[in-house]
Amino acid sequence: MKKFNWMIWAGFLLSVIAFLSYPTFFVRFAATRDFPWANLLLFVVAGVLTLIGIRRAFAADRPHPKRSKAAGATLALLSVLVLSFFVFSVFIMSRWLPASTGAPRVGQKAPDFTLTDQSGKPVSLGDLLTSPVDGKIPRGVLLIFYRGYW
Amino acid sequence: MRGIEQSLAQFNASGIRPVAISVDSPEVSRDLTQQAGYTFTFLSDPQAETIRKYDLVHAGAGINGQDIARPAEFLLDSSATVRWVNLTENYWVRARPEQILEAANKLR
Repeated sequence: MKKFNWMIWAGFLLSVIAFLSYPTFFVRFAATRDFPWANLLLFVVAGVLTLIGIRRAFAADRPHPKRSKAAGATLALLSVLVLSFFVFSVFIMSRWLPASTGAPRVGQKAPDFTLTDQSGKPVSLGDLLTSPVDGKIPRGVLLIFYRGYW
Repeated sequence: MRGIEQSLAQFNASGIRPVAISVDSPEVSRDLTQQAGYTFTFLSDPQAETIRKYDLVHAGAGINGQDIARPAEFLLDSSATVRWVNLTENYWVRARPEQILEAANKLR
């Protein structure tokens, strides 16, 4: 049992999962998306595993002390890097957005447009406002601008 | 988008037509809507002309450095007047359907 330091590996793997599960899974739910508490919780568990793993890697009874210390330190550093990258991409980089001070405000008229829909048909803002949905003329239109999948 | 699709019945009941707009081509949007099961309108603005008119260009933020839209939502009444706006400060944080529906139910 003393040969393999699985705690440090588990800590590292869990930090990778904590990072990847945000864009792939937790963004689907508003409660775990608007603030990534579920992911931060996973990082806390990963951190605890890593700390235990570090203690074990630097313990006096390791069969290969040099290798154990090098592997422990490397994996712990990688886990910290994963956490840093997560914090950077979720809290910092995602806020680099233009101010859009010229965007239409409440009370202003929305600019007209004609764009192509997913079936290749041209659609204008006027069409969206006047063509019926389920047999009824809509009371309003919700325009959702998004980054796209390129 | 997933939240909007899941709340589509409520949007219909409130008389609100949701429409998504991005620089994606109609083909990309068609594939996306088919795969994800989205049934509302997706519009393609590949040159970001409309996105520019709404001052929503996020310059060079696309994967190949192209101009894309920053996330934003506008609720328009039947005269195309803006009644509610959300310009998020963090692109992971989007308007929740219940917020939008609350604003929608105040429209005459």
